Amino acid sequence: MIQIDKLSKYYGYVKAVDDITFSVNKGEIVGFLGPNGAGKTTTMKVITCYMLPSSGKVTVDNLDVVEHSLEVRKKIGYMPESAPLYTDLNVVEYLKLVAELRGVPKEKRNQRAKQMIEVCALGEMIHKRVGALSKGYRQRLCLAQALIHDPEILILDEPTVGLDPNQIIEIRSLIKELGREKTVILSTHILSEVESTCGRIIIINRGKIVADGRTEDIVAGFSGSSLITMEFALPTPEATIAIRNLDRVASVREIGYVAGGGWQIRIETRDNIDLRYDLFRMAAENQWHLLELHRESASLEEVFQILTKENAESSLN
Amino acid sequence: MNIILSIMKKELKTYFNSPIAYVVIGVFLLVSGWFVSTNLFIIGVCDLRVFFQIAPLIFMFFAPAITMRLISEERKTGTIELLVTMPIRDSQIIIGKFLAAVILLATALLFTAPFGLILMFLGDIDHGPFIGGYIGLLLMGSAYLAIGVLGSSLTENQVVAFIVGLAISFIFFMFDKISIYIPAFLSSILQYFAIDFHFENIARGVIDSRNVIYYLTLIVVMLSASVAVLEGRKQ
Repeated sequence: MIQIDKLSKYYGYVKAVDDITFSVNKGEIVGFLGPNGAGKTTTMKVITCYMLPSSGKVTVDNLDVVEHSLEVRKKIGYMPESAPLYTDLNVVEYLKLVAELRGVPKEKRNQRAKQMIEVCALGEMIHKRVGALSKGYRQRLCLAQALIHDPEILILDEPTVGLDPNQIIEIRSLIKELGREKTVILSTHILSEVESTCGRIIIINRGKIVADGRTEDIVAGFSGSSLITMEFALPTPEATIAIRNLDRVASVREIGYVAGGGWQIRIETRDNIDLRYDLFRMAAENQWHLLELHRESASLEEVFQILTKENAESSLN
Repeated sequence: MNIILSIMKKELKTYFNSPIAYVVIGVFLLVSGWFVSTNLFIIGVCDLRVFFQIAPLIFMFFAPAITMRLISEERKTGTIELLVTMPIRDSQIIIGKFLAAVILLATALLFTAPFGLILMFLGDIDHGPFIGGYIGLLLMGSAYLAIGVLGSSLTENQVVAFIVGLAISFIFFMFDKISIYIPAFLSSILQYFAIDFHFENIARGVIDSRNVIYYLTLIVVMLSASVAVLEGRKQ
């Protein structure tokens, strides 16, 4: 659906996007992740034909964004950062204007505007001036305008920024819903957002892609170890010793009794492997009174930090 | 064409939903009414010549005031980003906005028609210069507006847009007023570039194609430059 091939974009001498390549298939919800100034917005601006690429090729549905700009734009619904809207129109007027400019046939404009008002829950606001809307409603209206021509592709630049937690949840579930039929690229620097909405994430840092894949795979691939917690009914120091002797264990720490629970030890593995079955077998063979056994992988937050920090350091050298 | 009309309608809505249109029309009538009435009551001359003489100067200030927000405001609020990523051409955006400004100007001119009618009633007014004068005003005014659109496309600050529009208009206004400083053969060429020189011809009641072509060319050049500036974002 969207193919980005060796895309670079310079602002003067500053390289905002540096030779990135990826493709997005139909029906995917892709989370575009990165620290501020990483090149997320720039990449989106190239896909939406706001800017030309400095080099490289971007195609949408096999149409080049430079040569077939108008056709590409027809397929895309775009919600820019900070949801810019015409403040002196009312909600219905605004949606009808966008429908008109987007080439929605005249007889369908009213109906589409109504549908969008329903989908984005703007019902109470229809006669309000856009300038008088609260941030949350503006955000929804901006999403509504991106959807009005029923595009195949949605490009959302930080769609939940500035919303309260309830609104964030609403917008996310709306995006998820939309993702069933449409291809969605959304950018954010809120990690929990991509974890809850996106099937795939692309982490970008200093204009380069540093990770691309399913959330779980990225986390698994980049974390060097996993943590396993074991909880026993009674203090079991012999378990600590026995587990410490295992090959793939990096360290074992005795936590002791925890409030409202048993006696815990925490095991760090050398690689990101699952030792739970082995540990369970050991507990069974030695008749340790095992209450709980669970494993935590590194979180997306940690992976994100590792990836974006490493690159920052290496580019300083 | 539909797109151009949609943009034009949107801009007109903005003009008339906000104080802009009323302030512009009101002040324009106040200023032009002053010149017509002094001419009539104090000097005792019953024609619109003084109004037509002063019009190039009045327009120099009014045109950029009308156009200053057209593009600069969209740049400032970021709405331009949505507009240019819609399946429409940059030229359609510029033309639509320009036409809205022309209609606002034409509305202001329409309200000055009673001046002419009163004069017609009071005295024996010459129809040629009267009609020619209004056609000339609309042409010259549109050229000023096109300059203003260029000013607006250059910056996201409305005040700067106004001043830039005014400055470019001033240069075109001065071309035939600096002839004493330059060689004679140059001054006749420069005179041709002057914005009010052509208006004076039309206001005499003679509509010469050269004068009309001058204004149309100026409009096309200014609007093309605005499109080029708008497209400059892509680099």
